[in-house]
Amino acid sequence: MKPVSFEYHAPGTVDEAVSLLGEFAERGGRVIAGGQSLVPMMAFRLARPSHLIDINRIAGLDRLLVEAGMLRIGATVRHADIEAATNGGTLGRLLREVARSVAHPPIRNRGTFCGSLAHADPSAEWCLVAATLDASIVARSTRGPRTLPSSDFFLGVMTTSLAADELVMECRFRLLADDARYGFYEVSRRAGDFAMAAALVAYRLSEGRITDARFGLGGVETFPRRLSEVEAMLAGTKPGGESFRAAAEAAAADIHPMEDSHTTGDFRRQLVRAVTSRALERSLS
Amino acid sequence: MTATVDVELHVNGRRHRISIEPRQTLADALRDNCGLTGTHLGCEHGVCGACTVIADGRAIRSCLMFAVQAQDMRIVSVEGLGDPGNLHPLQRAFIEHHALQCGYCTPGFLMLAAATLQQTPDIDDAALRDVLASNLCRCTGYKNILAAVKAAAAEMKARSSR
Repeated sequence: MKPVSFEYHAPGTVDEAVSLLGEFAERGGRVIAGGQSLVPMMAFRLARPSHLIDINRIAGLDRLLVEAGMLRIGATVRHADIEAATNGGTLGRLLREVARSVAHPPIRNRGTFCGSLAHADPSAEWCLVAATLDASIVARSTRGPRTLPSSDFFLGVMTTSLAADELVMECRFRLLADDARYGFYEVSRRAGDFAMAAALVAYRLSEGRITDARFGLGGVETFPRRLSEVEAMLAGTKPGGESFRAAAEAAAADIHPMEDSHTTGDFRRQLVRAVTSRALERSLS
Repeated sequence: MTATVDVELHVNGRRHRISIEPRQTLADALRDNCGLTGTHLGCEHGVCGACTVIADGRAIRSCLMFAVQAQDMRIVSVEGLGDPGNLHPLQRAFIEHHALQCGYCTPGFLMLAAATLQQTPDIDDAALRDVLASNLCRCTGYKNILAAVKAAAAEMKARSSR
């Protein structure tokens, strides 16, 4: 349970970090931010980085701010910072609520939002939020900056479209409307465990009917995604009752569930039906 | 054997100049290099919480952080909480409420609770249960730990308002 040896780098600026990545990424160099997923993987020797580039000493990456209608979450913003934040309006409230499902408080004190995206665990709450609300991920390398829409970011289990030498600088969300409604629900075996299925919905009402529906699932397929079929079914309906029942059925039908030693595909479909109904119900309160 | 680096850790108000490999976790450095064996290692991958210490006021898993990363931090381990002649209210409450049996998880629970009460002295029951769910205890069934932390919280509050 001890990691393999590595060389440690603690750059003081983004330029330095990016140039270190440029030098070492091809030879097994990796970024460490919160380390709450990377260090366990290193302990199991599932990850054996030869160089660790620690971005925790870079000033300014810990900014969590609202600017020009966007919420910007810097690379070293911790889950606990999001939980304690007071900005961001409706989106901020949504993030605070979801943050409480991310692991346990000591992990939240150290783990980062952007690190969770880069790690891309299929059941990670933040990956679901980023996918459902169309976040943009800003990355940098020695070749310059690049902005990746969440729809192009997640590719599979712990796989993203980031190049090995790219550093995630921040994640950006468009703010939600003040009157936007949302609901999040996840099932995990114990509090703080990885979600076996999670659903997030957000929408607005226009004359009592759903508009701008966004619906995403996490922990079900190899990466979280929006389900446009479900969104289309919700659009124009009155929230509740028949509309929600139909959406939950559609969600359960539209997926290609992962299977593992504990969970069959059928069981995951049932979970999807349940988390979808409950996320939708929560959007009413 | 890889090259070691010189690191200065600030633990319980004392400086420790140590020479370590970058791959050494903070937990290992506290135990092996600083001689502070009160911090226990259970799972070594962030699940059990036995290694919880306070870093810059926040409870963290010391097995999920490398000691080289902790250089500028103020670390408090269980040795900094109290000593046998002058126990911390949490330590006394753990004894009084039988909140430990084998004691392996106890340093982690104490540090988790200490950081929590520091941040939120009047934490409600639901939130406290949620926080205590961070760590594993195989002996007590958690009920007595919850009772002990609540009792200590009440005592600490009464003391601070005196």
